[in-house]
Amino acid sequence: MDCLIAMKIDHEENSLYNQQILQYIHRAAEKGLYDIRGLGAKRKVPSFDDLVFLTASSSRYPLEGYREKCLTQTLLGTRHAKKPVSLKIPITIAGMSFGSLSANVKEAIGRAATKIGTSTTTGDGGMTPEERASSKTLVYQCLPSRYGFNPDDMRQADAIEIVLGQGAKPGGGGMLLGLKVSPRVAKMRTLPEGIDQRSACRHPDWVGPDDLTIKINELREITDWQIPIYVKLGATRVTDDVKLAVKAGADVIVLDGMQGGTAATQQVFIEHAGIPTLPALRQAIEALDEMNVLGEVQLIISGGIRTGADVAKALAMGADAVSIGQAVLMALGCNSEFYFDGQQTINVEEEYRKLGTAPGYCHHCETGLCPVGVTTQLPDLEKRLQPDWGERRLRNYLQTLNMELTTLARACGKSNVHHLEREDLVALTVESAAMAKVPLAGTDWIPGAKGV
Amino acid sequence: MERVDLNQMSVRQLNHYLHHELPKKGVDQLEIGNPNGFHNIAVGLDIPVKIDIRGHAGYFLGGMNKQAKLIVHGNVGWSVAENIMSGQVWVKGFASQCAGASGHGGLLFIEGSSSSRCGISMKGCDIVVGEDVGHMSAFMAQAGHLVICGNAGAGLGDSIYEAIIYIRGKIHSLGSDAQEEPMREGDYEKVKNLLNQTNINYSPKEFKRIASARKLYQWNTDANQEY
Repeated sequence: MDCLIAMKIDHEENSLYNQQILQYIHRAAEKGLYDIRGLGAKRKVPSFDDLVFLTASSSRYPLEGYREKCLTQTLLGTRHAKKPVSLKIPITIAGMSFGSLSANVKEAIGRAATKIGTSTTTGDGGMTPEERASSKTLVYQCLPSRYGFNPDDMRQADAIEIVLGQGAKPGGGGMLLGLKVSPRVAKMRTLPEGIDQRSACRHPDWVGPDDLTIKINELREITDWQIPIYVKLGATRVTDDVKLAVKAGADVIVLDGMQGGTAATQQVFIEHAGIPTLPALRQAIEALDEMNVLGEVQLIISGGIRTGADVAKALAMGADAVSIGQAVLMALGCNSEFYFDGQQTINVEEEYRKLGTAPGYCHHCETGLCPVGVTTQLPDLEKRLQPDWGERRLRNYLQTLNMELTTLARACGKSNVHHLEREDLVALTVESAAMAKVPLAGTDWIPGAKGV
Repeated sequence: MERVDLNQMSVRQLNHYLHHELPKKGVDQLEIGNPNGFHNIAVGLDIPVKIDIRGHAGYFLGGMNKQAKLIVHGNVGWSVAENIMSGQVWVKGFASQCAGASGHGGLLFIEGSSSSRCGISMKGCDIVVGEDVGHMSAFMAQAGHLVICGNAGAGLGDSIYEAIIYIRGKIHSLGSDAQEEPMREGDYEKVKNLLNQTNINYSPKEFKRIASARKLYQWNTDANQEY
C-alpha cells in the first residue's frame, strides 16, 4: 500500500492560490502590467437566474398566449422633456462607441433597433453619420472625455445621456488601445493616430451633484427643453447616487450593474468594483420610491441582461426598461466559431487561438483583432460583419427577447409588461432573496427585511 | 442696439429668444442687462451676433457657442464657454474654474485671471488669459493653444496631448508629460496673432512654449506609474 500511495501525483489544488491566481501571478511577474480586457465580470454573482416567476394557476389567471394582447410600449423621459422617448419594446441598446465597434456594427445595430422599435446609444467618441441615419431613436452620450461632442449632433439626438459611470468600471475612464485608434477614430476624437487612449474619469466642466444640476439645465437650455436627459450610473452607492441624480433633475436613470460590459478596461476593475445588477436595481427602485418619483423618473437597468426572462424579472423588480450591450455583440457573432461572408460560414478558430483563446472564452475586444469583425477597426476584419447580416441577427434576437418577455407577462396574467410586479417573483437562494428583497421560494422569508 | 433685461425675463426665455427669435430679426448687436450671476446665459448660440452682457454671470456662460461674440462686462463662474465651437467669448473680469473646458474651436479671452483647470480637455479652441491660471490648467488638453500672460499654478499641462501652452510668467510646476520646449518661428506668429485679437500687448518673445513630451502616448511598463 505504501508504495501505491507514493506513486500518485498530488493534484490537490490550493483554494487560495488556485490555477487562476497562479496564472495571474505568473503573468503579472512577467509583464509588470495589469491585464486589460473587454466584456464584463466573469465571476458568479447573484443574478436574475436566481429568481423565478410565480405564474398563474387558480389564484391568478393567465392571458392567452397567442390571442390576447400584451402591451410593450415604453415611455422614457416624461418628467421635463417636451418630446419623451417612445419605444415599442422596453429593451434598449446600450452605449457602445464607434472605435470600440466598427462602423458596420454600429450601422447594423441602428437598423435592427429601428426595425424593432427601440433606441440605440452613441458612445465615447461621438456620433457617426451612419449611426444617426440608421437609428430612428438615438441617445447621445455626454461623457467625461467629450470626444467629438458638439451641439449640432446633440440637437439631432432624441435624448442625452450624461455618463457618470459604467458598471464594468465605476470610477474609471474608458480605454482604447492603439490598434483601434484608426485615422477616422483619431480624427473624431481629436487624438494622434495609434496612441493608447485613456479617457478621463471625471467630467471636465463640473464636479459634484450641485454642479450636475446646472449642467443638466445647460443641456436643456441648449436643446430648448425638447429632449429627455438621462443620467447613467455605475452601480456602487446606488441609493445615494440615484437620489442625487434625481435631485439634479434627471429624467431617466440608467443604472449599470457590475456584470455590465466594456470595450477595454483593467481586469481588476471588472471583477472587483461595483455591485451586481440585482441588488442595484432593488436599491434604485427604493430610492425612487423614497423620493416619490416612481413613474415620474424612469429607470433603465443594465448589466448582464441576456434573455427575455432577465428582461421580465427586471421589469417585475420595477425597472421601466433594460439596456443591453454585450448580448448585442454576441447576437452579432461575438465568440462564435464562424463568421458569414455572404455566401458561406468561415471558421475562425485558428484566429482565436492566435489571440490565446477560443470561441466561447474570448474577451480580447481591446486588441482590435476580433475574429468575427465586431470589435475592430481593421478594414479586413470589419468587412466580416456586414450590416445586412448583422441587422437580421440582432432583429431576431431582440424579437426573441420580446416574445419571451410577453410570454412570461401573459402567464402572470398581465396585459402590459409594465404591470409585472415584485409580488410575481420568488428567490431560489438566500443571497438573491436578500438582495432582491423577494421571498425565498416556498417561504415568506425575506432575509434582512424589517422584523424578520 | 436691442436690449433685453434678465430682471424682466428668465434665462430660459432669454435662451429661447436667442435661439429662435433673434435670428429672424436680423439683429447683429444685443445687450443683456442684469445677468445677476445667473447660470447658463446665452448657451448654445449659433448666430453671428455681438452680445454685451452687462454684469457678472454664473456657470456655463456661452456654453457650446458657435459664431456669436459674447462680451461679459464682469466676472464669470465655472466653465465659461465650455465646449465652444467657434466665435468668441471675452470676459472683462475674472473667470472661475474650467474655463473653456473641452472647447473645439473659437477664442476665449479672459482679461483677468482664470482659476484651476483652465483649458481642461480643450480640443482645438484658443484661450488667452490676461493674468494668471490656477492649478492643473490644460489638463489632458488635446489641441488648440492656451496663452497665459501671467503665472500658472501647479501641474500645468498635465497629461497634455497636442495642445500648446505659451506662458509669459512663472510656472509653479509642470504636470506629467508636459515639458518646456524652445519657441519656434511659428509659435511667435501664433502668439502675436492671438494677442492681436485681444487688448493685450506683450512681445511674443516674452513667452515660453510648453508641450507634450509624448511619453504617455503608449503603455510603458518601465515607467514608475507615479503620474
